[in-house]
Amino acid sequence: MAASVSLFGYWASPFTLRIKWALKLKGIQYEYIEEDLPNKSPLLLQYNPVHKKIPVLVHEGKPLAESLVIMEYIDEVWKESPLLPQDPYGRAKARFWSNFADDKCVPSVMRTFVAEGEDKEKAAEEAREHLKTLESGLEGKQLFGGEKINFVDVAVGWIGIWARIVEKIADVNLIDAKTMPLLDAWFAKFLELPTIKECVPPWDKLLEHNRGFRNILTYAAT
Amino acid sequence: MSKGGDVVLLDFWASPFCMRVQIALSEKGVSYEARQEDLFGGKSELLLKSNPIYQKVPVFLHNGKPLCESTVIVGYIDETWTSPPLLPPCPYGRAQARFWADYIDKKLFDAVRDVVLSKGEATEAAKKELIEILKVLEGGLGERDFFGGKAFGFADIIAIPSTCWFLAAGKLGNFQVEAEFPKISGWIKRCMHKESVAKIIPDPEKIYEFVLMMRKMQGIDQ
Repeated sequence: MAASVSLFGYWASPFTLRIKWALKLKGIQYEYIEEDLPNKSPLLLQYNPVHKKIPVLVHEGKPLAESLVIMEYIDEVWKESPLLPQDPYGRAKARFWSNFADDKCVPSVMRTFVAEGEDKEKAAEEAREHLKTLESGLEGKQLFGGEKINFVDVAVGWIGIWARIVEKIADVNLIDAKTMPLLDAWFAKFLELPTIKECVPPWDKLLEHNRGFRNILTYAAT
Repeated sequence: MSKGGDVVLLDFWASPFCMRVQIALSEKGVSYEARQEDLFGGKSELLLKSNPIYQKVPVFLHNGKPLCESTVIVGYIDETWTSPPLLPPCPYGRAQARFWADYIDKKLFDAVRDVVLSKGEATEAAKKELIEILKVLEGGLGERDFFGGKAFGFADIIAIPSTCWFLAAGKLGNFQVEAEFPKISGWIKRCMHKESVAKIIPDPEKIYEFVLMMRKMQGIDQ
């Protein structure tokens, strides 16, 4: 029987990881299709002609793209273990923080990743500022969702993994436990949750992949 | 009708992001106070306090509780004052509306701004980028009346304000947006028939004058 839910993704992609987490938290069975990014499948390009990117979720033959849009869709269709709160203000805040992470934290961590020398320190400082701002979104709680994980935890949690990878490869400090104790504790708590941990690729594979990715990016820049 | 409660918008007349919020409020028949911010002379205390992260307009205050980022605000308005709905009833239709709103939000105004606040080769490059984006939107609209389908909605609200900057982009980029994109032109006319849009969107000639003033201020023109 054909699966009614399919996910086109890439094993090392954080945006794919978000969707895997959302599907797992909701207990949704799905078929996973690994894309070879240098040779994207015709099916992927047909399903996402605008961005031509993963992840793409296909539900009952209908494709969806953009990971945060997909997450809202999943939350609306499968109502168990809701990711977004019920109240409009809480929902607005959740959307605000998820977008903030994508608009500010992600690009600044990426810039730190590829920069060298003085530029690297400047980029790391900017990234730390944005991460410190992200910490304020926790409002002193252990998780963005309070006692249980919510939309923001799922949307943003991967930054904890990637920041540690960037720190190791680029030899910088990003999530500073001294200046961001709450954020540091949050990432640790989130990534230890069994449902979350199960979906994360092996650390050494991610490290190796990102080292190679960095070489490509820094070579391309010269 | 307003659910009651105090609604304040920190606004700037030429900002398409502020226009989105006003159109949404107008669609819902919500009374509000729009306070003009002096973006060049000095932003108000309330703005800086309510939006410390971005320090930008629009800022929306409902009973004193602030929200920023226009797409988040429009979503909040839709979920707080539920009639008429800005999103279609089915999850897939909602996801499609969010997908287009996301694309438009990330790409359209930045491209327009890059055309109008540049010169020479930079304008040519920006114009090429804008044309590519408009091609995608033209394709995305297809044979539908609105981005939301039969009814004016969320994605249309996110998109329509940037179109009052098209005259300026056309004059400074030396191309005719409306002539080259008939579907988008038709869509603009349909949106402008809506009372909520017609009364909020300023005269494109006034936007053009504003752009010329900004170009002088930024030293692009003498």
